[in-house]
Amino acid sequence: MSSFLAQDVPLQFYLLLSAILFALGILGFIIKRNLITVFMSIELMLNAVNLSFVTFAHQWHAVKGQIFVFFVMMVAAAEAAVGLAIIIAVFRARATLAVDRIDLMKL
Amino acid sequence: MNAPLHLWMIPLLPFAGFLINGLLGRRLPKPVVTTVALLAPLASFTIVAVAALNFFWHVGTFASVLPFTETCPIAWISVGTLHIDFSLVLDQLSLVMLLVITGVGFLIHIYSVGYMTHDEGYARYFSYLNLFLFFMTTLVLAGNALLMFVGWEGVGLASYLLIGFWFTKPSAAAAGKKAFVVNRIGDVGFLIGMFLLLANFGTLTFSEIADKLAANPGWTGGVLTATALCLLFGATGKSAQLPLYIWLPDAMEGPTPVSALIHAATMVTAGVYMIARTHVLFDHAPFALSTVAIIGAATALFAATMALVQTDIKRVLAYSTISQLGYMFLGCGVAAYSAAIFHLMTHAFFKALLFLAAGSVIHAMGDEQDMRKMGGLRKKLPITYATMTMGVIAIAGIPPWSGFFSKDAILYAAYTHSSLGKALWFVGLVTAALTSFYMFRLWYLTFFGESRNPEAHPHESPWSMLGPLVILALLSFAGGWVAQGGRIYAFLAPAIGARPEAAAGDRLEGILSIFAIAAAALGWFVAYRFYRQKPSRPAELAAALPAGYKLLANKYYVDEFYGATVVKPLLAFSTYFLGWVVDTAILGGLAWLLGGVATFCGALLQRWQSGNIRSYAAWLAAGAAALLLFVAVSWPAFLATFGIHLNLAGRQ
Repeated sequence: MSSFLAQDVPLQFYLLLSAILFALGILGFIIKRNLITVFMSIELMLNAVNLSFVTFAHQWHAVKGQIFVFFVMMVAAAEAAVGLAIIIAVFRARATLAVDRIDLMKL
Repeated sequence: MNAPLHLWMIPLLPFAGFLINGLLGRRLPKPVVTTVALLAPLASFTIVAVAALNFFWHVGTFASVLPFTETCPIAWISVGTLHIDFSLVLDQLSLVMLLVITGVGFLIHIYSVGYMTHDEGYARYFSYLNLFLFFMTTLVLAGNALLMFVGWEGVGLASYLLIGFWFTKPSAAAAGKKAFVVNRIGDVGFLIGMFLLLANFGTLTFSEIADKLAANPGWTGGVLTATALCLLFGATGKSAQLPLYIWLPDAMEGPTPVSALIHAATMVTAGVYMIARTHVLFDHAPFALSTVAIIGAATALFAATMALVQTDIKRVLAYSTISQLGYMFLGCGVAAYSAAIFHLMTHAFFKALLFLAAGSVIHAMGDEQDMRKMGGLRKKLPITYATMTMGVIAIAGIPPWSGFFSKDAILYAAYTHSSLGKALWFVGLVTAALTSFYMFRLWYLTFFGESRNPEAHPHESPWSMLGPLVILALLSFAGGWVAQGGRIYAFLAPAIGARPEAAAGDRLEGILSIFAIAAAALGWFVAYRFYRQKPSRPAELAAALPAGYKLLANKYYVDEFYGATVVKPLLAFSTYFLGWVVDTAILGGLAWLLGGVATFCGALLQRWQSGNIRSYAAWLAAGAAALLLFVAVSWPAFLATFGIHLNLAGRQ
């Protein structure tokens, strides 16, 4: 059952990795100006959370966490499809992907 | 007999007239406005008259029905033990009052149709007039002091609206305001009187108060005197007595029919009516009763002297009204309530007549009110002249005109009342002579001699104005008839007590009458010598006594005195303390402070709303982190590691 996660790596390391990934995601979301990078940062945060879910599911021998990961991945996939479509539309309309320039709802 | 009287319709019909003309009057054609305005008082008068005729036809049966009480099934105020209803009471007193109010009121409505016909505010005028009748009949019919107070305030409102009817004229607007404010000062007395009644009797219903006093015949003075004096103060405001009479002369700014109806015949008599209505209280407070008599006599004399030198025809009549109201107070003060009410009735007839006739003169002269610019109108206005003569003779107190009987009854009651009464009788007698003088002065100045205004082209008024004059002239002449054989006193006795009978009998009454007639004749004679025989004489006398003339012409400087002692300090207090300190500094400062704090906080928080999405995201992340710290960290244990021990009561 636990063949994917090496037995000798303690739980804290997985959680620490998850926190680091999440923090990087936030950092990227806040400081990057390119819309696609911002978008990728969001994906990073989602997957950091996924890692926590899996870790805890393994720790507590509960399958709920793993199921939740599937949901998150599904939502992330849908979001990627919609998000990329929006990004393309925005680029066509404004010829830029800098988030500072597209802070108005109206054209 | 248990006939339904429908008392509630008496006030509510004029109220309906007020609503119709007040809300729709400007869009309705004039004949409709006139019809509505006239029908309302006529209908009320009919109801009252039917009740009165019933009384005369079925004396025994109907008298047993009075006082007839009608109570609205829905309680007005019901708090704890206090219970106040909308209750209307018809007894002999309110019947007489209602006949006068609706009867004279209806005549004055008719007169107004002619007088106000070219006025822009025709519908507004009549709606106010109907509103006045609504409140006045409420005041008279009220079965408790609170409902009476509603009517009391309401007639004050109607009076204010009608004095300031021509509100574009600054003097009219100021006069309305003055009347309202002075009345309000008196109302404070009425209110405190009501509070005292509530505190000591636990009720405001007149009949219950009378019952409680009847159960304790030995209860006199003290708190009853205080209550009676407070009510008296209220009455002096409404009835223009010393010290609150100052508003009435200014009230002449209103249309003349209004002066006749409100400021002569009906509203100003409300104070007299109120004292008569609460007479049981005054009977138990001898000091207050003497005060009523003294105020009445003093006002009668004081106002009569001021009337001597007035040149405005309406102002002469205004001071004469104050003086005659003084007589009524004198009558009340010597416990001759029925005599006071009798004088109230005859006064309503002849004073309404005098005002309406004066209005006819003013109308004819093209809105000229100065008697010095009249003269010689006898031939030009024969009917006005004839009717006004009736009024002048009636008020002067010459038999058999009505004024003689009622004035004589009051003087007789004063003389036989007490030793104080004899002094007051003398004051009343002097006033009678003065009254006769200034009324005949008005008569001679207006109707005799040569015209002193060659530009005027006087013309007789239309019949809608002359008709009421003729009817009122007849009433002024014959109104005294109701006192023949003491009928009016006997009629009023169940409601307000019998007229005090004197031991001296008829001979004394005859002697006193001769005095009164002599006083009236003297006044007439002097007026004749001064204003008919040798018109230069008044000016000579004024020149000979400049100080006295100046004092009278300036009305004893009472307005100036009140202005300096009351109005000015009050205005200064309002302007500087209330206006600058309280309003501007404290209230304004507080409001400014609150606004400033909000603006300051807003300016600080505004920086968060940068519009920069990434800063929002950063704050969101920071908030989430803070929340996480708050939930996840065990604070007491964490702080304990630094030696800080939280003392959370009840948590251990």
